[in-house]
Amino acid sequence: MKRRLLTCGVLLAAGASIAAAQKINAAGATFPAAIYQTWFEQYHKLHPGIEINYQSIGSGGGIAQLTGGTVDFGASDMPMTDDQLSKLKVKAFHFPTVLGAVVPTYNIPGVSADLKFTPESLAGIFLGTITKWNDSRLTKDNPGVKFPNEEIQVVHRSEGSGTTFVWTDYLSKVSPEWKSKVGANTSVSWPVGLGGRGNEGVAGLLKQTPNSIGYVELVWAAQNKLATGLVKNAAGNFVKAGVESVTEAAAGAAKEIPADFRISITNAPGKQAFPISSFTYLLIPSKIPDAAKTDAIKGFLQWMLADGQKYAAGLYYAPLPKEIVAKETRQIAQINAPGAPAGKGK
Amino acid sequence: MSKRLIWRKGVNAVMLTVTGVFTAVTVAFLFLILGFLVYYGGRSLDWNFFTKLPLSAGETGGGMANAILGSLEIVAVAALIGLPIGFFAGVYLSEFEDKVFASVVRYVSDLLNGIPSIVVGLLAWGLLVVPMRQFSGVAGSIALSVMLIPIVARQTEQFLREVPNSLREGALALGATKWRMVATVVVPAGSKGILTGMILGVARISGESAPLLFTAFNNQFWNGSITQPTASLPVMIYFRALSAYDDWHRQAWAAGLVLIGGVLTANILARLVLAKGVSVPRG
Amino acid sequence: MATPLVVETPVIRRRTQTGDIVARWVVTVFAAVILFVTALIVYQLWIGSEPSRLKSGFAFLTSSKWNPVTEEFGALPFIYGTVVTSVLALLISVPLGVGAAIYLAELAPAGLSNGLTFLVELLAAIPSVIYGLLGFLTVVPLMRSYVEPFLKSALGFLPLFKGPSFGVGFLTAGVVLSIMTVPYIISVSRESLLAVPREQREAALALGATRWEATWQVVVPYAKLGIFGSIFLSLARALGETMAVTMVIGNDPKISASLLAPGYSIAAVVANEFSEATGAIYQAALVELGLVLFVLTILINAVARLMIVATTRKGSKRS
Repeated sequence: MKRRLLTCGVLLAAGASIAAAQKINAAGATFPAAIYQTWFEQYHKLHPGIEINYQSIGSGGGIAQLTGGTVDFGASDMPMTDDQLSKLKVKAFHFPTVLGAVVPTYNIPGVSADLKFTPESLAGIFLGTITKWNDSRLTKDNPGVKFPNEEIQVVHRSEGSGTTFVWTDYLSKVSPEWKSKVGANTSVSWPVGLGGRGNEGVAGLLKQTPNSIGYVELVWAAQNKLATGLVKNAAGNFVKAGVESVTEAAAGAAKEIPADFRISITNAPGKQAFPISSFTYLLIPSKIPDAAKTDAIKGFLQWMLADGQKYAAGLYYAPLPKEIVAKETRQIAQINAPGAPAGKGK
Repeated sequence: MSKRLIWRKGVNAVMLTVTGVFTAVTVAFLFLILGFLVYYGGRSLDWNFFTKLPLSAGETGGGMANAILGSLEIVAVAALIGLPIGFFAGVYLSEFEDKVFASVVRYVSDLLNGIPSIVVGLLAWGLLVVPMRQFSGVAGSIALSVMLIPIVARQTEQFLREVPNSLREGALALGATKWRMVATVVVPAGSKGILTGMILGVARISGESAPLLFTAFNNQFWNGSITQPTASLPVMIYFRALSAYDDWHRQAWAAGLVLIGGVLTANILARLVLAKGVSVPRG
Repeated sequence: MATPLVVETPVIRRRTQTGDIVARWVVTVFAAVILFVTALIVYQLWIGSEPSRLKSGFAFLTSSKWNPVTEEFGALPFIYGTVVTSVLALLISVPLGVGAAIYLAELAPAGLSNGLTFLVELLAAIPSVIYGLLGFLTVVPLMRSYVEPFLKSALGFLPLFKGPSFGVGFLTAGVVLSIMTVPYIISVSRESLLAVPREQREAALALGATRWEATWQVVVPYAKLGIFGSIFLSLARALGETMAVTMVIGNDPKISASLLAPGYSIAAVVANEFSEATGAIYQAALVELGLVLFVLTILINAVARLMIVATTRKGSKRS
């Protein structure tokens, strides 16, 4: 009996402390989900009163939920377009968080080497014009690799995805055929392939399906021990995705980045730059009606720009360049800046 | 025996076997499903599963404690809403029916029963998530209760109808008003079946995932309030199963085992109630 | 069946009727809630789909474009996928289910029949997401590594079995759905068969029929409507299945002749894309798909109910 009372008491106390916690709901990109989940977990340990519940449903979902007002902030790899921004009731700021790479990931039984892909071969595979692994257009870049005489099983994203945007943005830049037939967006009309849900789902399908190829953010390939390929960059070198090559891709952006931080860095110049790199953003409303939430979010952003960056390299993301960190710190101050009326919120 | 007779007897034996095999195959499916869940799920069930929160991608050792609690919360609220409505609707259909209205209600109730769960989710989304501007466990509960109502209504009606008229007339003859008769005589007499229907209905909705996808959404923390996004076992199974991490797959299996354990236990319990009877003492 | 004697005793005065009036109102209101909720669903589906309906009109049902970027939406690939997987499911589950129902209702010894029926009904209680879990982690690899290559080698000349074997696709979805629909066919068919009056069976047996002949030539035709009803009922369920299908169908909004190709169903696309539909038209298009599914399941359910009611009425009339 006493034990029962004790358990009840503990549960009640837990319930009370849970009730007192500051709960913030967020949703969006799966590209940075690995580091976001780590960040929000760590931040909760440092500040037990703050719970940031992040659901990785894809960049499209992040933008949609932010527009619908059902989350406190969103996350997307693709910067919001002017059209999307115009639909927001409250203007939102883009806060780049880390840099990542979208890599061609494959599962070919018997092939463990790192394959070399040119822009043309990637476009061909995803357009469906290159259908077999032992096609000459693939073998010529990879002498010495024994490709099977099997059909290529393409895997892409089934939902609105920032990762898809980065991938198709790159392909649009390097392949006029891709640009005219498919284009670049979070959700496109794929000529071939299966749809997987989230970076997680694509990785899941790749792991299960022999002779498959897809595109995922680097951490998902690395953690699931999937083979990734090198991509030929604008300078003509085959580069492997990693913290250094992604950082080099962002080198030019540090100076050129506009004030609202919306920029694409695919096919960036740079001898060893990885051509399919991208910033990823948190989409924070400019006016947050709840004062406690505002403090919590601002506090998190400050932590993210400082200590948070330390977690990047361990999860295969590249930390932000220092100049950009400085600019973002100034942007934090603009949230709920006095002088303008509070937005129509909850 | 003529040749024709031998042929006919042969056909008889063959068809007996064939249909028996079909039955065996169907029942085998059940054992296969349970077998897989027990094998893969059993290996993955550990103390962590029941006590820990989900961890971020790639980390091992997380659990689904919040999803188990969340499922219980959502289903409890759904039952609180759906059981009374379904029960009283069933009482209406059996005891108080007006010819036309009752047949309309019956027809619409069957309609409601057949509506795909994802469409019910759309209803709850429009009704609660949009105006509240927030995903919440209670939106999920509303969706589930809508699914529960027709099940309970039909079962209640069916078992109340089976109560013999003599009981009703006896009560009336003793001077009871109609509602007294229904409440103190008819309902207790049909209580076994009604209870069965309620248990089966609740078991059915506790396994639903689609209506929760954009109502209760999901949560990696403990669900403090039913007005916040709430994790649930079926939704977690969905997300974890599709991923690539072996650890997440293990968790999906474990969650599947827990879920099916609950659902099947409820089903077996319900049928025991019906068979042996849990008699409700007359008031 | 003797009708109970109702003794009219106007002498016994009942107490005031207010309790009864209140009770009647209370239960009627609760019953009306069912009507209200259903009307609400129809209303939500109608209003929510308005932007898309106004934009595309009936062309929505015949267009196969699904482009969230250019905001062009068509329901055809999803209707195709929904119908193909459901029909495939029935092709497998109807023979299996009706056969098993016949065994359970007519041919098996009573105790065994009850026990097995109980087990079959447990199969119906298994949640959809569990079928999806098993489907994705066990059936898909099986299909990809063994079944589909076999079908390709044996029947690859048919357009039905062309293309790479992904493991996910129409065929796998159909197979998983068939396991899900079998228990419903068995359950309702069995009841329809049991509703056939004993005299019919006995007459046939008295004339010298074997048990199978009595069953197949007398009982089953008598219960025909009910069995058809069960098939339609299962069809309606299969059309609306969400979780199991979305986990094994491949999520590709394309119409393919090949069963090995990935596809999409209405319920699957709504489940996958609803939480991220930006833009009024995109969201409305998904709601409109929900409306299409709703109408489809209502029609088929209505047909099913008519058939089942007709059978049970026929059975009870004769006794």
